[in-house]
Amino acid sequence: MDLWITITIGFKEIWAHKFRSLLTMLGIILGVASLVAMSALVKGMENGLREALVAIGGLEKVTVVEEDVPAWQQQLADQAPGITMRDVYALKDSAPMIKLITPEMRMRGPTVTRQGKAFHPWMIAGTWPSALEMNQHVIAHGRMFNEIDDESARSVCVIGTATRDELFGSPQTTGQEIIPIGERININGHLFTIIGMFKHYESDQERKRRELEKNQPKEIKTGPARSRGYGGNRSSFVFRLKNATIYLPMNTMWIKFRSTAGTNNIPDPRLSGLQLKVADSERMEPALQQARNVLMHTHHGIEDFEFRTQESWSENISQQIRHARVSRGIIAGISLLVGGIGIMNIMFASITERIREIGIRKAVGATTFSIFIQILVESIVIALLGGLAGLVTSYALVRVLAAMSPAENAPQITLASMALAFGFSAGIGVAAGLLPALKAAKLDPIEALRYE
Amino acid sequence: MSLVELRNVSKIYRVGDEEIRALDDVSLDIETGEFISIIGPSGSGKSTLMHILGCLDSPTHGTIRLDDTLIERASPAQLAAIRNQKIGFVFQFFNLLPKLSVAQNVELPMIYAGVSSRERRERAMAALKMVDLENRSKHRPMQLSGGQQQRVAIARALVNRPKIVFADEPTGNLDSHTGETILHLFRELSQQGRTIVLVTHDPEIAAVTPRRIEIRDGKISQTVDAKLAGLDRLSPTPAP
Repeated sequence: MDLWITITIGFKEIWAHKFRSLLTMLGIILGVASLVAMSALVKGMENGLREALVAIGGLEKVTVVEEDVPAWQQQLADQAPGITMRDVYALKDSAPMIKLITPEMRMRGPTVTRQGKAFHPWMIAGTWPSALEMNQHVIAHGRMFNEIDDESARSVCVIGTATRDELFGSPQTTGQEIIPIGERININGHLFTIIGMFKHYESDQERKRRELEKNQPKEIKTGPARSRGYGGNRSSFVFRLKNATIYLPMNTMWIKFRSTAGTNNIPDPRLSGLQLKVADSERMEPALQQARNVLMHTHHGIEDFEFRTQESWSENISQQIRHARVSRGIIAGISLLVGGIGIMNIMFASITERIREIGIRKAVGATTFSIFIQILVESIVIALLGGLAGLVTSYALVRVLAAMSPAENAPQITLASMALAFGFSAGIGVAAGLLPALKAAKLDPIEALRYE
Repeated sequence: MSLVELRNVSKIYRVGDEEIRALDDVSLDIETGEFISIIGPSGSGKSTLMHILGCLDSPTHGTIRLDDTLIERASPAQLAAIRNQKIGFVFQFFNLLPKLSVAQNVELPMIYAGVSSRERRERAMAALKMVDLENRSKHRPMQLSGGQQQRVAIARALVNRPKIVFADEPTGNLDSHTGETILHLFRELSQQGRTIVLVTHDPEIAAVTPRRIEIRDGKISQTVDAKLAGLDRLSPTPAP
């Protein structure tokens, strides 16, 4: 008996029990759809995280942060110096494997005001001009402050687009791009001149969306303008923070805000952090060891600092992705398995219903093998139909998920996941059909013919 | 050489410690072209005999030779092929597949014989014509009367040109008038030279055939052979 007839019989059998077959397929449909959708979600997450990793400064960047003194040095805790400019100069002089050093002194609770408008940026930091290279900032307008600005502690600042949007108006609301170079803003009670502005940072997805919206006609606004709230802004976290950054020269920060000034009568020379760029990212370990030796010296042997590498972050990312993949794979696998059990159940019910038919087929000359193949093919046909429907469903599901998830994490269907899910459903069809097919094939024709 | 040779065939079922001899040392020859009936009360072993003759079952002891094939040594696949090629079955309950059309039911044995679809259709229509049902080929079995269904089953039994046709109580589920027409059809087929074995519990039906084999308690208790008795010179006995 040729395969084509067997497949036709399988389709007829499914068509004869439309509703039952659909219910049976539902398990496979859900399994395939969830497998594809979940791998699309993980893929989207991966894309977003990778983009974010590049945005915060690449793999060879290392941050030195203050850390609690370890337990065995608790008695020295009050002598811990913290990270200061001393460390920066020491590293600069004695750690040749470090290519770039940037100190960072952040302001606590920063507020920026101008003409009655206020904004709380994510970060106002006093730093060196090298911060530009360190954190992969790009100046779009004006200039970065230089060594002379730093040396003479000038009241100048470089802002991100978020500050501009809040204090001067964003291109979306004003319809034109305002470049506030030369304008003066008030940072925690001191006047600063804006001498430069970073470019607007955004993920590829956001940029595409923005460019798409640009070509569409503007909505006609009726009634009072209402804030859409913070949640309305779908831009990515990392890029939002990067846009809400203001840089001041290191010395300006020190003199205006950290040395004894105003209500602050105790000078605080501690840096909030120190950023290093290793000369050769292949030789990360020895470079860190060198930096560590230098710092141990300047800290009198008190280990009150810690290195944070992006590598551990990136490892974190891949680990997260791996975990997401495994856990979601397990969920999808379970639903496929349940689908398979459903198919097996239905195939058992179906052959019990058709014992007499099997007897008749055997009496007119069907071999054990041809009965086996017939039942198996029916099972595979159900599974494959379910798989196909699952792929269609997953496409719809991913469209829905894409509308809900943040732009840079937009789920992305991969061909591999579709192939995997479809192949899996075929395999489940075979596995679920084996036992019922074996049972049907083994039926004794006489018993089967007598069966009522 | 006979078409079917049964030699010392026994079929023993075991129920617990008890042995049930469904067939006990039966020997039988069926010649090509014979019209023969196997008769016996229920439980006599006539169904077992038919199953063994029809290659649906294998004997515990003894040998069967069907058309020069020794069944004892045949594998299940070979048995299936023998059932397919050399044997046709007609059952009491018609045993048609309800989801298939009449023509598809008749085509069924040819599907397993690997006949091409075009030839299948032609031969199925020819077989249906033989039983006078060619205008019902698109119907479902359930849309036909009992007699028509049994004629479809006969067409199915004949379509692969078998050497021998077994009919197990073919009139058992029909009213007497319809049963008569079915028996008439069998007699016609017999006159065309086909070998037909009727299995029944009803002596009146068995009376249609020239040769009757009576089974009782697993043994052949009596053989009535019209030829031996010189009865074949008389006109065939009309059915009751």
